[in-house]
Amino acid sequence: MADISMVINGREVRGSVEDRMLLVHFLRESQGLTGTHVGCDTSQCGACVVHVDGKAVKSCTMLAAQASGCEVVTIEGLAKDGQLHPVQAAFKEHHGLQCGFCTPGMVMSAVDMIRRHPAGLDEKTVRAELEGNICRCTGYHNIVKAIMAASEEMSGKAQAA
Amino acid sequence: MGIEGIGARVTRKEDQRFVTGLGRYVDDMVVPGMKYAVFVRSPHAHATIKAIDTASAKAMPGVIGVLTGPELKSDGIGNIICGWMIHSKDGSPMKMGAWSPLATDKVRYVGDAVAIVVAETRGQARDAAEAVAVDYDELPAVTDAQKALEAGAPQIHPEAPNNLIFDWELGDSADAERALAGAAHVTRMRIVNNRLIPNAIEPRAALGHYDKAEDHFTLWTTSQNPHLARLVMSAFYNVAPENKLRVIAPDVGGGFGSKIYIYPEEIVCLWASKRTGVPVKWVADRTESFLCDAHGRDHVTEVSMGFDADNRIVGLKVDTIANLGAYMSLFSSCVPTYLYATLLSGQYEIPHIHCNVRTVYTNTAPVDAYRGAGRPEATYLLERVMETAARELGVSPAELRRKNFIREFPHQTPVIMNYDAGDYEASLEAAMRAADYAGFPARREEAKRRGKLRGIGMSCYIEACGLAPSQAVGSLGAGIGLWESAEVRVNAAGTIEVLTGSHSHGQGHETTFAQVVADRLGVPLDSVSVVHGDTDKVQMGMGTYGSRSGAVGISAIVKALDKVEAKAKKIAAHLLEADEGDIVIENGEVKVAGTDRSLPWLQVALAAYTAHNLPAGMEPGLKETSFYDPTNFTFPAGCYICEVEVDPETGVTEIVQFVAADDFGTIINPLIVEGQVHGGITQGVGQALLEGCVYEPSSGQLVTASYMDYTMPRASDVPSFLVSTTVTPSPSNPLGIKGCGEAGAIGSPPAVINAITDAIGNNDLTMPATPQRVWTALRKH
Repeated sequence: MADISMVINGREVRGSVEDRMLLVHFLRESQGLTGTHVGCDTSQCGACVVHVDGKAVKSCTMLAAQASGCEVVTIEGLAKDGQLHPVQAAFKEHHGLQCGFCTPGMVMSAVDMIRRHPAGLDEKTVRAELEGNICRCTGYHNIVKAIMAASEEMSGKAQAA
Repeated sequence: MGIEGIGARVTRKEDQRFVTGLGRYVDDMVVPGMKYAVFVRSPHAHATIKAIDTASAKAMPGVIGVLTGPELKSDGIGNIICGWMIHSKDGSPMKMGAWSPLATDKVRYVGDAVAIVVAETRGQARDAAEAVAVDYDELPAVTDAQKALEAGAPQIHPEAPNNLIFDWELGDSADAERALAGAAHVTRMRIVNNRLIPNAIEPRAALGHYDKAEDHFTLWTTSQNPHLARLVMSAFYNVAPENKLRVIAPDVGGGFGSKIYIYPEEIVCLWASKRTGVPVKWVADRTESFLCDAHGRDHVTEVSMGFDADNRIVGLKVDTIANLGAYMSLFSSCVPTYLYATLLSGQYEIPHIHCNVRTVYTNTAPVDAYRGAGRPEATYLLERVMETAARELGVSPAELRRKNFIREFPHQTPVIMNYDAGDYEASLEAAMRAADYAGFPARREEAKRRGKLRGIGMSCYIEACGLAPSQAVGSLGAGIGLWESAEVRVNAAGTIEVLTGSHSHGQGHETTFAQVVADRLGVPLDSVSVVHGDTDKVQMGMGTYGSRSGAVGISAIVKALDKVEAKAKKIAAHLLEADEGDIVIENGEVKVAGTDRSLPWLQVALAAYTAHNLPAGMEPGLKETSFYDPTNFTFPAGCYICEVEVDPETGVTEIVQFVAADDFGTIINPLIVEGQVHGGITQGVGQALLEGCVYEPSSGQLVTASYMDYTMPRASDVPSFLVSTTVTPSPSNPLGIKGCGEAGAIGSPPAVINAITDAIGNNDLTMPATPQRVWTALRKH
């Protein structure tokens, strides 16, 4: 067993976990943050993407103990004061989701992607960057559209500020 | 249409919870005292079970119970059945082998469930599952359907000699033969429709809870049709009577057919909950999904199509072998028969069609409906043959199709279906315009200068949706009716709940169904809630598959709305002292037409419940139910045009343009319909280029059992799509809806392969057209 502590969505949490417990299971089962999903066993599908210390991480590929001392943001922590994050709003606006299962991971990957490309994103880059996120419903068309729209909106906001 | 009514691009009501991580899927459910299950599965494709030793597993930390097949049988749990009876052409019924939810004497595919382990944690259950010692006697296995029919092949079920389940036909063989014999040209092909693994991103899951106090079971399950699950588990599997079993399918993360069926795990989790006294949750890992979810397609077909001297089709003969895997899944028998052969007329006038289908047991996962179910197989066959025939006859593929289009409706095909409406020329024209078909030769030349081989391919598909008139499917062998139910509950303060037997697992029913109500009553979308997926809330329903939620599910809602509207008008006429025939409902008001006399909707609803002043003899309340049974299938159709560039050095294919022109009849929400088409096309592109289930033939091991081995379409594998619609409303249901859920997956594979074979100049190419296959085909030419 390992004693761990981390900040999740701005709240400090502590726990005692089995050494083999994955971060995703700590989030889902110990913390009740079920927005982070598990869609595969091989770190391919990306449904489990969260941010650890500001970087997109597949939480099925990290032990909970490895995240001790880190700051974790999950899909539940993205909207602020009841306002959707621009990426969440863009997914809704552009119908970038159907069953919703891959959506949290897609959104968290997209936020990270936009952050890493402050100069903006073209379609080819978005599609290449989504390599680690699988969606079976949307055919990616509207996901790509949503991410590009959010990227534009966020860079517009950044310029205005 | 109004800003929220029929035809409006409304963003989805359900998205708020999904984008904030508040969706509630089965694995998110927590019941007090809940424990975790892991299944012990066969590592062998074919073996007899000599003994199962659970003693060491039972002694492992945290283990609550380890249960096996004989215990399941001793509690009277029934075998899993196929719900659609097909008779062979000699009149004998299909040869269904026994499928016990936990194997007792024999295992028949890798992944066959042998035991369930229930423990305090997932990890402990997994550890203990590895300690269950099963003594197997390995038997030779066969995974290929043609080989399974050969003399000396391993015999999988004693009920099915030579592994043949049925040998079925549709149409007149002699007529089709005669037509082909008299043809000026016959195109002959061998067509393989590759086996696919559905891969909804949410793995299947089940949480079974037996409440001893009430002697009552609850099952949370990843189902497309929770009512059917309850019915089948009660009537056939003896899990519990219907009044003692509640089935809940909450948010479900994609289905594509694979979550229609009632699988061993759901049955066993419920039973194990009673046996162990704890709620039991099981969630498939991805490898289990690959191994045990019902697979799709897997046909091998010999086809001949004859043309007269004027290039008109004179006859079609089809001989198919369909692999159904190790057991007959719920609808497995109807997929390669009534959902396949009945669509072999496509969009064309074909006077004579004969189709023979042999279905076969193999040591592979069960095969059942997967997005399109039979219709993609029929379409791939026809559209590959049409394109090939055009090349052989030296005519343009568009002209050959045009010449043979059905142009008058209703049209009776020789294979049961009666097409109610369509305009195939319109969708062909729309697609060719959008694709700039005429400009293709210039694009090919330009690509050539860059060292790329550019090709173009089309596909004109038809499908039968809106499954289906109950009496018709009953006469064809279905064990169930295929109506849908709806209840429209107007609350006393005017808000509305729509209870539906349809189930949304991505289709957006909470939005589109509410749009239909908003359109009819002029109430705000936010005041309408859609309730589904719970047998305690919705009395009965048949669920969502075969693009039936619009054509059948919404039709039921419309019928219930008719009754609500009629009663509301009676109440309003009484209160306004007007003639019932003069009352209209508009913009949330109930009015006397041509006057300024009106009542707000809320007041009429309230009047129905206060019952202080209702017409004489009227019952209080405003709640109406409808069971809608369709009068015909619906027939969405369209034309897809794909353009590819092949790199001759590597064999890599890039889809550079994809155009879809679909006729779905009336559309409730174009935003959602377009999304369905995008997703469908991508699944079809996956089948054409990337996806292929591979079993190692001698051992029966599934080689493609993870996302590292089975290629799912990624964002970089597809372009943005050019989609549009043409509209001929279906005359067969009140709103003229045809359905859109499967079209993309049906129409796209032949368009892609027609384009690649055009690019490389070699027609001999099987799906998936991997770089290696394309590269090889290029060099064989």
